[in-house]
Amino acid sequence: MAMLHTINKSPFERNSLDSCLRLARDGGSVLLIEDGVYAATKGTKVADKVTAAMGRMKFYVLGPDMKARGISEDKILDGIQVVDYGGFVDLVAEHDNVQSWL
Amino acid sequence: MSVKKFMYVNRKAPYGTIYALESLEVVLIGAAFEQDVSLAFVDDGVYQLMKGQDTSEVGMKNFSPTYNALGDYDVNKLYVEKESLEERGLTVDDLMPLTYEDENDDYKEKPSIRVVTSEELSAIMDEQDVVLSF
Amino acid sequence: MPIEVNGKTLETDEEGYLANLSDWSPEVAEAMAKADGQELTDAHWEVINFLREYYEEYQIAPAVRVLTKAIGKKLGADKGNSKYLYELFPYGPAKQACKYAGLPKPTGCV
Repeated sequence: MAMLHTINKSPFERNSLDSCLRLARDGGSVLLIEDGVYAATKGTKVADKVTAAMGRMKFYVLGPDMKARGISEDKILDGIQVVDYGGFVDLVAEHDNVQSWL
Repeated sequence: MSVKKFMYVNRKAPYGTIYALESLEVVLIGAAFEQDVSLAFVDDGVYQLMKGQDTSEVGMKNFSPTYNALGDYDVNKLYVEKESLEERGLTVDDLMPLTYEDENDDYKEKPSIRVVTSEELSAIMDEQDVVLSF
Repeated sequence: MPIEVNGKTLETDEEGYLANLSDWSPEVAEAMAKADGQELTDAHWEVINFLREYYEEYQIAPAVRVLTKAIGKKLGADKGNSKYLYELFPYGPAKQACKYAGLPKPTGCV
């Protein structure tokens, strides 16, 4: 079963990213939204962890939440796809289930 | 009333919670009391100062331009912790170029943001009369 | 209580500040001033326009101390004092002028 995981908390303030990466199965997808988008940026202390997980899951980040926070696309880690609200809906539709890591 | 040293410590990212906006409003209100005010930005608080914020697609108010008004309110010491920037892959160039006009120096424009190490910030915090946390 | 301007009904809060910034037009300022028995002269408009520009740039209505200082810098020292501003806006320059300018009540204004 392909699961879509959404993470909306900063990886520097909560352990939502860690818990998600620990418990999510291979082949699922991770969509970073709200304060979760900070996990998608280059050069952070969690960047290696995120990059390592890209081998087994697909990563997406919500564009409007990036823009609100002043994060431009060139600051996003290679391999993470930026989606808009329409893309968010498509991801939900394409997966069997959605799990929110709050 | 004697002038006291007030420090507002900001540790939260701007839009996920209300802390950042609340802090900014309290700073502006508190400025009326003409105390010696400084702001510290540590942990995710450094994200409050990111330049290029554009909230047009998320339906929230972009309050980042208001940090530019702080100079008018005589709030011109914005300490940003170097270690917090580095953990997030950021440098001072990723932050808004905030300035104030120095009344004691022919109204010259000077930068308000000062990047300090944890150790320096620790010493500055120790000097405060009142610390308010957000 | 809503106000009527050019046949349109605009929402306000209980103190008469516009609920939606985008509803503002010069006619709104005129209507609000008329309701207060106040006539708007060029001197009033200078302050109202200044406030709108300040809000546009900083997304806040300035406190009266900040307004006074900024007006003095932009329009001259003879205007950058509370006597001049209170003569124009007897209900309080920040409060009353902000209302006419369609801005929210200034942060920290009592």
